[in-house]
Amino acid sequence: MKAWHFSENAYPYLPPEDEYESIRVSLPNRIYDPAKGAALYDRYIDEWLVAEDEGMEIMLNEHHQTATCVDPAAPLVLAALARLTKKARLLILGNPVANRRQPVRIAEEMAMVDVLSKGRLECGFVRGVPYEVLPANSNPVRMNERQWEAMDLIVKAWTNHDGPASHEGRFFHHRNINIWPRPYQQPHPPIWVSTTTPGGAGRVGSRGYVQATFLTGFKGTPAIYDSYRKGWREAGRGSDVPIDRLAYAALVYAGETESEARAGAEKLLWYMTANKVPLHFCYPPGYVPTPVHAQILRGAAIDQHAANRANATVDKAIEAGIMFAGTPDQVFRQIKKMYDDVGGFGHLLIMGQAGFLEHDETVRGIRCFAREVYPRLKEAFPDTAISGARPERVVA
Amino acid sequence: MISIAGVELEMLERGKGAPILYLHGGAGIAMDVPFLDLLAQERRVIAPSHPGFGRSALPDWLDSIDDIAHIYLELMDRLGLVRTDVVGFSIGGWVAAELATKVPERLGRLVLIGPVGVKTGKPDKLDIPDVFAMPRERLDALRFHDSAKNPVDLATLADDELNIVARNSETLALLTWEPYMHNPKLKHRLHRVNVPALFLRGASDGIVSADYLQRYAALIPKAGIETIPDAGHLPQVEQPKATAAKVLQFLGSGAKS
Repeated sequence: MKAWHFSENAYPYLPPEDEYESIRVSLPNRIYDPAKGAALYDRYIDEWLVAEDEGMEIMLNEHHQTATCVDPAAPLVLAALARLTKKARLLILGNPVANRRQPVRIAEEMAMVDVLSKGRLECGFVRGVPYEVLPANSNPVRMNERQWEAMDLIVKAWTNHDGPASHEGRFFHHRNINIWPRPYQQPHPPIWVSTTTPGGAGRVGSRGYVQATFLTGFKGTPAIYDSYRKGWREAGRGSDVPIDRLAYAALVYAGETESEARAGAEKLLWYMTANKVPLHFCYPPGYVPTPVHAQILRGAAIDQHAANRANATVDKAIEAGIMFAGTPDQVFRQIKKMYDDVGGFGHLLIMGQAGFLEHDETVRGIRCFAREVYPRLKEAFPDTAISGARPERVVA
Repeated sequence: MISIAGVELEMLERGKGAPILYLHGGAGIAMDVPFLDLLAQERRVIAPSHPGFGRSALPDWLDSIDDIAHIYLELMDRLGLVRTDVVGFSIGGWVAAELATKVPERLGRLVLIGPVGVKTGKPDKLDIPDVFAMPRERLDALRFHDSAKNPVDLATLADDELNIVARNSETLALLTWEPYMHNPKLKHRLHRVNVPALFLRGASDGIVSADYLQRYAALIPKAGIETIPDAGHLPQVEQPKATAAKVLQFLGSGAKS
C-alpha cells in the first residue's frame, strides 16, 4: 500500500459562522489576508516536504472561491513541488476537466509538470464538486459527457507525437494539437479519476484508470469498488484487478497516545464541520440524476446536509469509516477493517491537515503515521495483491 | 405527442378558431393550463412542451433556445400554420423572439410576457437576477406578487410530476446558463420583427424589470408595453383572467391561417 499526504491548503481564519452565508462560492475575499495566506502556503508546502522525508507520497487538489481549499490553480503548486521534492510521487486529484474550457492546455500543464519532476506525476481528473460550477460559470448539465471527452482529448494530446492532430468533438474543438513538451513518462503519466458513485466507477474500471473515492465509508465504498471491478472485467482486462487500481481517501490522524490522537482527530473534523454551504450551491440543476434532484426539491437533502455537519464527531466518523484515528495500533486496525470490508485498495489518501491543526501537530501526525503505521500497512497489504480476492468478499 | 425533426414533443391543443402558438416558460407548461383554457374559449391554442420540458424528449445535440426555435419552424410547417399569432412567456418569449426574427412573415401578432433573451444593460450588472444562485424562497419572492399563489407544492407533488419539475429546471440550466438568459445576437436581429408586438409584465415581476422590458421592446419596431397589476413574473398564473383578456384584446379576431 502507498500512503499519500494530502492537504487542502485551507484558510481557517474566518469570522463566526453565523456572520456568513457560505464558506464556498460567495464568501467575500476581503476576509483573506494575503500575508497570512503566504505564511500558510509556506507551511503547507513544508508539510508536504516532511511527508516526502518520511517516505510518503504527495497529493494535492483544487477548489475555487472557498476558504476550505485555497488552491484554485493546483498545477502551480504542483510545479513548485516538482522542484522542491526529489522522490515522492506527485498526485494531483485533480484537474477539474468538466469545468475547464481547454483540455489541451491541461495536457500541456501536466506534461510540463511531468518533465519538471522527471516523471513523478500522477495525473488525476475530476468532474468537480457541485459548488465549482458557479466559480467556473460551468454548465452543470452534461458534465460527465464533457469530462470524458476532455480526458480522451488530453490523452490524445499526450500521445500524439507526429505533428498536429485535430479533434472536432461534441464539446471541444482543436484543429492543431501538437503539445510541447510531451510527457516524461511514456506513453503518459498514470491517470486517476475520482468518483463517489458506482455508475461512474464502472466506466473508470473499463478504462483501467486508478479509481479514487473520498469519504464514502463502509456504506458507500463496497458498491463503488464492485462496480469498478465489474467494469474492469467486462472490458476484457482480465479477472484479476490489481490492488493499485483503487484508492481510498479518509481523514487520518495517528498519535502516540489516545489523548494526543483524539486531540488531532477533533481538529481534523473541521473539514466536515466548517463546510457551511447553502443548498442552492450544493445541488445545481443537472449535477445529480433527475430522480435524485426531484427528491432534493422535495426536501430530502436538507435534513441530510444539516445532519452530516451536526453529526460530525470523531467516534461517528471512525464508525462510518471516513476517519482513521488513534494510536498506531488502533489506526492500523481501522484501516485493515476498511481494507477487508471493501475488498482491498492499494492507495490510502490521507487528509492529514485541516482547519486549526497547527504545523507541529500536523507534522507529529505525519511522522507517527509514517513511522509506526505505514510500515505495517506495506507489509500487510502488498502492492502485488489482487483487489476483491479476499475470502470475505467472495462469500456473497 | 408529435414527432418534429426527430424530437418527440408533448402537445397541448385546446379550442377552435384562429390559432395561437403558445410557448411556455422555464418552469414548464403545467401552471399555465388555466390561462390557456381562457384563451381557448375564443381561439385554437397550440402549446408544445419544449424539448427537455414536460414529457418532450431532449436530443443530445440540442443545447440552445435557438435550437428550439428551429424545431418550431418545422412544427409550424407540419401544422400548416401559415400565419399565426405567437404568445411566449419568459424563455418561451425568447423562443418566440428568435422565431420571429427568422420568419416574420409567418407571424400574425406577437405577445411576449415577461420575456428574457436579450442583454441590454451594462456588463457589470446582470439584466436578469441569477436564478441558479439563490435560495428557492428568494426565487419565489421574485417570481410571485403573492407567493401564496404559487400553485406548485413540491412537498405534495406526485413523484412523476416532481420529476418533471426537476427535469424542467435542468433543461432550463442547459439552455440559459451561458451566456446567461440571452443570445448576444438576438438584439441585432429583432429589427426584422415587423409585426405588431405587445410586451406584458406583471407589476411586481422581480425577474424581468420594467427597464429591461422597455429596452427589449425598443428593439422591435411596432411594440407596445402593458402592465398587469398584482402579478409577479407569471401574470398568466397569478392573474389569468386579466392576462388572457389583455392578450385576446391585442390579438383581436386573429390572423388567418
